[in-house]
Amino acid sequence: MSELTRLSADQAAQAIAAGETSSVELTQALLDRIEAVDGAINAFLHVDADGALAAAKASDEQRASGATSYLSGVPIAVKDVFTTVGQPTTCGSKILEGWIPPYDATVVAKLRAAGLPILGKTNMDEFAMGSSTEHSAYGPTRNPWDTDRIPGGSGGGSAAAVAAFEAPLALGTDTGGSIRQPGAVTGTVGVKPTYGGVSRYGLVAMASSLDQAGPVTRTVLDAALLHEVIAGHDPMDSTSIDAPVPAVVAAARRADVKGLRIGLVRELQGSVESGGGFQAGVQARFDDAVGLLTDAGAEVVEVSCPSFVHGIAAYYLVMPSEASSNLARFDAMRYGLRVGPEGVDDPSAEQVMAASRDAGFGDEVKRRIILGTYALSSGYYDAYYGSAQKVRTLIARDFAAAFEQVDLLVSPTSPVTAWPLGEKSDDPLAMYLADVATIPANLAGVPGLSLPVGLADEDQMPVGLQFLAPAMADDRLYNAAAALEGLLEDRWGGRLLDQAPVLEGAR
Amino acid sequence: MSDTLVPFDEAITRYDPVMGLEVHIELNTATKMFCGCPTEFGAEPNTQTCPVCLALPGALPVVNAKAVESAIRIGLALNCDIAEYCRFARKNYFYPDMPKNFQTSQYDEPIAFDGWTEVEVEGETFRIDIERAHMEEDTGKSLHVGGSTGRIHGAEYSLVDYNRAGIPLIEIVTRTIEVPAEKAPAVARAYVSHLRDLIGGLGVSDVRMDQGSLRADVNLSLKPKGSDTLGTRSETKNVNSFRSVERAVRYEVSRHAGVLDAGEKVVQETRHFHESDGSTSSGREKSDADDYRYFPEPDLAPVSPSRAWVEELRATLPEPPAQRRARLQTEWDFSDLDMRDTIGAGALDLVAATIEAGASPQSARKWWLGELARRANEDGVDLDALAITPGQVAGIQSLIDAGRINDKLARQVFDGVLAGEGTPEEVVTARGLEVVSDDGALGAAVDQAIADDPDAAQKIRDGKHQAVGALIGSVMKQMRGQADAGRVRELILERLS
Amino acid sequence: MSSGISRADVEHLAGLARIELSDAELDRLAVDLPAILEHVAVVQRAAGDDVPAMSHPLPVDNVFRADEVRPSLTPEEALSGAPESDQQRFGVPKILGED
Repeated sequence: MSELTRLSADQAAQAIAAGETSSVELTQALLDRIEAVDGAINAFLHVDADGALAAAKASDEQRASGATSYLSGVPIAVKDVFTTVGQPTTCGSKILEGWIPPYDATVVAKLRAAGLPILGKTNMDEFAMGSSTEHSAYGPTRNPWDTDRIPGGSGGGSAAAVAAFEAPLALGTDTGGSIRQPGAVTGTVGVKPTYGGVSRYGLVAMASSLDQAGPVTRTVLDAALLHEVIAGHDPMDSTSIDAPVPAVVAAARRADVKGLRIGLVRELQGSVESGGGFQAGVQARFDDAVGLLTDAGAEVVEVSCPSFVHGIAAYYLVMPSEASSNLARFDAMRYGLRVGPEGVDDPSAEQVMAASRDAGFGDEVKRRIILGTYALSSGYYDAYYGSAQKVRTLIARDFAAAFEQVDLLVSPTSPVTAWPLGEKSDDPLAMYLADVATIPANLAGVPGLSLPVGLADEDQMPVGLQFLAPAMADDRLYNAAAALEGLLEDRWGGRLLDQAPVLEGAR
Repeated sequence: MSDTLVPFDEAITRYDPVMGLEVHIELNTATKMFCGCPTEFGAEPNTQTCPVCLALPGALPVVNAKAVESAIRIGLALNCDIAEYCRFARKNYFYPDMPKNFQTSQYDEPIAFDGWTEVEVEGETFRIDIERAHMEEDTGKSLHVGGSTGRIHGAEYSLVDYNRAGIPLIEIVTRTIEVPAEKAPAVARAYVSHLRDLIGGLGVSDVRMDQGSLRADVNLSLKPKGSDTLGTRSETKNVNSFRSVERAVRYEVSRHAGVLDAGEKVVQETRHFHESDGSTSSGREKSDADDYRYFPEPDLAPVSPSRAWVEELRATLPEPPAQRRARLQTEWDFSDLDMRDTIGAGALDLVAATIEAGASPQSARKWWLGELARRANEDGVDLDALAITPGQVAGIQSLIDAGRINDKLARQVFDGVLAGEGTPEEVVTARGLEVVSDDGALGAAVDQAIADDPDAAQKIRDGKHQAVGALIGSVMKQMRGQADAGRVRELILERLS
Repeated sequence: MSSGISRADVEHLAGLARIELSDAELDRLAVDLPAILEHVAVVQRAAGDDVPAMSHPLPVDNVFRADEVRPSLTPEEALSGAPESDQQRFGVPKILGED
């Protein structure tokens, strides 16, 4: 495999700046890598070789004639939930098959302005509903560590692309863990910024009050660099924060946990054997990592967040409710799939809408739309949606109380490692339980980061540790994660991903 | 299915009408409610759209500050409390001209609430309580192609233009209105007309019923006299003029009475008003099973107008209507009856503008309540829908004052202006309506008239000046009306004294 | 409140959501949804009446924009995804229900 594809984004940026390589050369190497391995991985739904190379060339030319941004020329893969002019945006759904948006998402526009060539769009659970990418209408993505296993979801495509060295950077979205959980199960870094920290304009909405875009990378520093490119106030998004972006790159370089108070969330740990819900190997790697933090000078205490146990229930009411409304626009009138009901000669608009939505949406999406419609309906609103929104307040209060005692919270990101394809796909509830640790952050709007901390003994699959910080304190995540990453890489003698199996088709 | 109607006067001997009026005001902001697309009329289809108002995947709304300001001012003008904190809400239902398949509106947190206003009908004042005023957005417009009626049923397909999708609307909802039954239709009409004056005075909307910037839905139910039980209500839409508000109330009272007299139940439904004959017909059944699944709009921040901002806006309100009316009545030296008639005809602002343009109060009133009111009635439209401006009316009066035309010729000038032939000046020229004041021409006609009617001439010489009228008539006939009657009289008397 | 949600309820909800579900889908959902609802119903007991609902995680209000025109899409861009169009308008099948 070309050495270029193994470079982190930071290393690539430096190499390009030093003239050791060019954006065109790097982009081509990645396109070659994609061609070699993506058949086995299926991370990409669309590859835009021409567009990426053109942008790479433009970046090289701009660099030759003047100042450019730090990451200019470093290619990136974009989750297919962001609108991209000239490339399809399917959200992993048949209902948007082939739809080419007439406008760029704000974050996509920022990538372009910063000179990052966009390699293509990555696979995802349909409309971001899922934890395994098995609910994509275009086939599942496979985990580069073991192609019979899931890469996590909903952003399995972005995580797998980065884990398989098909891209040094990717953009994802996280509504209940869709960046962090794939990060954990693929041995990559995934960050959900503070709600409002990154613009949602052009991010096809699932749950408006929970969705957030964020970086998917192989290193903490890369995530910080990408964070600074995409974050910031957007006047086109009324929910975006009107304040400076936290100094995440500086924090990542600082990488110092001496004196930091870290809270272990009692409700989010405990191996299955000891009565908790976490796989033994996951708990073991997590405990090891926490030990390293203590050794490095952090003060670790246990804190209790009692309302977190209601998180999944609240999430699976708030999210489907908002999604049921957000997905109403897919009605075959202005864009998207249009089919008529079978056997009806002259169908009405209503009939065409209903037939198109049934044909275009997959089972999980339909399940959540119906659930959400129910939770909002007259007579049930108070009991379901209304109550779930109250639980959000309780969870936010738990975070607030915890952050009075500690600077950061930690937990394993996912209770389990990557499971085999097909194992949970017929059992919606089993799938939902995978989000137990990631959901609280979305409900409260606080930022979270997942860092790979090793492989589970029982299956040699990656395990992730999650840091959680108060709203607007994203920098704390990067500081602590960079410190831990350094300690772990010292122990491993390299990156965790260096231990990943070589993929078929790879040179 | 035709309706059994009980004549209104008979119906109200047995039933009392209970009304509710929902009025939508289309704001005249430069841009839409949630995006920066322009709002100008008459643009080519789908040239004023963007990802937001087309509801493309990923688009997000941002609130128009001017619309909020206008909403608050409307609320203040209606003596409402302005919310200290309110949110937008999603009203979820599917309709092709509503791109998101939800309307961003306000549900249980309107920006303005608990207000009131007063309307005058034939010298009597009625207080109307306002439940709420809230912000929402308009839909796109469909053209129905095919089918025989041109309305939705029977159409083969529709073509949708989203230029109007997202235009800011303020919805004003009254509490139930219970007034003496015989006054109900007039009160309903007066309320809508009053809103037009009140909100027009704020400068936030064109408030033209005939153009859709002021829309009224009439809700009505009947209570048997002496009973306290509210009846089932119907909602009548497509009411496009003040007259029609009144007619809709009358028709629905008659129709409901017919249903109830027959021992049947009134169906809770939406009805369509028909301008042609003042009837209503059944539209969509409006059941409470219309489950809109309202929830607070997560894409928009709450709106909490500071009390300081509210007071700033209160200071921008124009003079309250009652106060203004009293002042104008004094300025114009109108009697109470004159004033009442002017207001009742919906002509107050038109008369004021005409006076502003230079006409005397009496002449302004004469034309709007006389000639123009008659024409509006004939055409079945409101006064402000006539194709003539207050400035033009003043112009016609000034031509009369200058002696260039007389009252009778003025009617032809009105014809011309209303027909779109141009300004009063242009019409007079084009049609050759100018009064002849050349004594030579007039003198010749006078001589002819005298020659044609020696008896009348003799009577005048004898001092019986009443006979002058016949000779004037003869001259006017010769001059095709284009003579100044006063000058003709003078010339006749000169020759025959 | 029981989490009983019948097949007829699912059909009604599908109507509200404008999705034409097949019999097989209705059957499946009539099994899945009650199971999910049983799990999520715990929220009803979690918070007392004094706990406010959280509709917005960010404590921000009064986010407005000036009433100034911004560029619109061209009609070609607006209609670019349209399944059908004619005379620069979106072509949609006949609409039965009226507002």
